[in-house]
Amino acid sequence: MLNKKKLTQQQLFLPIVCVLLVLAVNIVYDVVQGRDFYDFFKIGIENGLLSGRIISILNRGSEVAILSIGMTLVVSASAGTDISVGSVMSLSASFCVMLIAGFGVSSVSSPDEFAMPMVVGLLGALLMGVLCGAFNGTLVAYLNIQPMVATLILWSAGRAIGLLLCNNLIVYIRVPEFGLFGGYVGPIPTPIIIAAACILVVTVLLKKTALGMYIQSVGINKKASRIAGLNSQRIIFLCYVLCGLCAGIAGIVASSRITSADSNNIGLDMEMDAILAVALGGNSLAGGRFNLAGSIIGAYTIQAITTTMYNLGVPSAVSPVFKAVIVILIVAIQAPPLKAWFKRLSASKALAGKEVANG
Amino acid sequence: MKKKLLALLLTLTMALSLAACGGGEDAAEEPAGDEGTTNEEAAGGETSGDLINIGFAQVGHESDWRAASTNSAYEVFSEENGYNLSFSDADNDQAVQIQAVRTFIQQGMDYIIIDPITATGWDAVLTECEDAGIPVFIIDRTVDDSDKYVSWVGSDFTTEGKACGEWLKAYAEAKGITEINALVIEGSTGASATIGRTEGFKEVADREGWTILDSQNGDFTEAGGQEVMESYCQSYDGQFNVVICQNDNEAYGAMTAMDAAGVTYGVDGDVIIVSFDSNKPAVQHVLEGNMNATFECNPMAAPFVDEVIKQLEAGETPEKEIYMEESWFAAEDIVSEITVNGEAMPVIHVTQEVLDARPY
Repeated sequence: MLNKKKLTQQQLFLPIVCVLLVLAVNIVYDVVQGRDFYDFFKIGIENGLLSGRIISILNRGSEVAILSIGMTLVVSASAGTDISVGSVMSLSASFCVMLIAGFGVSSVSSPDEFAMPMVVGLLGALLMGVLCGAFNGTLVAYLNIQPMVATLILWSAGRAIGLLLCNNLIVYIRVPEFGLFGGYVGPIPTPIIIAAACILVVTVLLKKTALGMYIQSVGINKKASRIAGLNSQRIIFLCYVLCGLCAGIAGIVASSRITSADSNNIGLDMEMDAILAVALGGNSLAGGRFNLAGSIIGAYTIQAITTTMYNLGVPSAVSPVFKAVIVILIVAIQAPPLKAWFKRLSASKALAGKEVANG
Repeated sequence: MKKKLLALLLTLTMALSLAACGGGEDAAEEPAGDEGTTNEEAAGGETSGDLINIGFAQVGHESDWRAASTNSAYEVFSEENGYNLSFSDADNDQAVQIQAVRTFIQQGMDYIIIDPITATGWDAVLTECEDAGIPVFIIDRTVDDSDKYVSWVGSDFTTEGKACGEWLKAYAEAKGITEINALVIEGSTGASATIGRTEGFKEVADREGWTILDSQNGDFTEAGGQEVMESYCQSYDGQFNVVICQNDNEAYGAMTAMDAAGVTYGVDGDVIIVSFDSNKPAVQHVLEGNMNATFECNPMAAPFVDEVIKQLEAGETPEKEIYMEESWFAAEDIVSEITVNGEAMPVIHVTQEVLDARPY
């Protein structure tokens, strides 16, 4: 009884229940279709590569998972969202590809045609992400501009700058080496490894240093934290830089998947997915306390919904409606009034149980 | 404090908008320069004879397809052909495009061509054109909220879809494939190209009793095609033998996904894969046998507009909707002709010469 109570009160309990519910839909569907109930969860090796729905979710959800790391920190520290991450992804990818292919070149098909070594392009993308993050961070932390307004600038300009860098073309780098970051290392999809590495690094950073506590403290009360001796502005700035860096990494993954820089489409609407991931993870968008693991689970929940739509074969015209319904359900389950109601329900049950025992 | 903040914000906005304007000017300079030269030419032309002044408000220059459309206009509306072309590149900004059309009206163009960025918001400016007595042609994309134009010239997406179906039927018969289990990767939901190509193909599929296993949205992008195909490979493992991609980029993505899943495709593969649009890289894939066929979406509207202008000059009434001729390309020389809408159409066998001759 005590264990159960502890379990349900964990902050991660509801996000995990939600993702399991989404996955459960597939079990029901597969059974109705006369397939094995575990069909959705089968992981196999096909053509020497890992394959299966779960692998797909982990693989395709990587970009949003990476973005959600930075977004969680930003939300926590500044009580606002960075809506530029999708555009920054596109900008970083375009910059990376432009450096590698050379300006104005529309297609590269062998490493000999590279204008610069690939590593320069990759570092360039990360640097571009950091720069964009620093720009957002300066506006928010030092000029006290509302996060949404501040990041709105790059949200609209980022993609356009990316297009300029790529001379308004889709630039192709049809070279296997460049495709590595969106492809496979051995049998494992590289994006999964990259996302895992990002999660690991940030987790260690938050656990081993006091940064996590500082961020939460600034998010809860900026003034009090400053009086307590924290450099609130610098911490908020740092969160935005990290968020930009995450966007840069996600941009590399996204462009490597398609071995090209499609400025118009890379990361399109992904900022919304990242914000949703933070919210689905049970984090408050009003800042303060955060749970990184929740956001990551949230990110994969979003991808799980998408993959479920594919599995169910929902026609593409109506799938956004289905997605919306699922999201409403998940958010409603986690809404405070409903939570309180559940609590009251279990409390009265426990009380009734006690009375019976006493009587 | 608040005032300071407001001042700062305003300064920033101003600086940014200035920067934005700067960027805009760069983009606008090119066409403006062209305009300058063409206007000079016009001055020279007027003395030498009657050139037809024509204004072209183009969408932008976002793809090779678009570039081909622009080049075709430059070629057809040249001075040798009796035209004086003023070109405007709106860089995908409808406000800029409408402004360009207004400028054309002020300059007293004889004809105006518009490739509308969006389908609505045109009635006012088209009414101005009508009041000024300037005939307007709409090309490629459509205008929904006004009919104050002479003709629309564009692609018949349903015919493209039907052609794809008819080719597949003939190809399957020649290859002795009796059962067709097709997967469709659609374009963006609601796009006219998506609707037409889906309908056209489905018509043939229903008639022939083919199975369309699934039809999902790939958003006309490579990433979308890849993700949808990855899912298809898991859902319909070993059950499908045809993949229809509604544009070239989706096909590139589908090919990488099938590579990863170990599915063979193309000329010697287990799966027949076709695409629409026929950009040069896609035709290259067909030549190499990675793709079985590709169905063109013709960007060269200018020659057709030229025809309509000639009709108008001759006092005839042109048709309101004009569909362009489009070509179908196949990797193998098996099917040489198909019948679509009761009309015989050739299927071009792709060779190096065919590829080299492609303008985009």
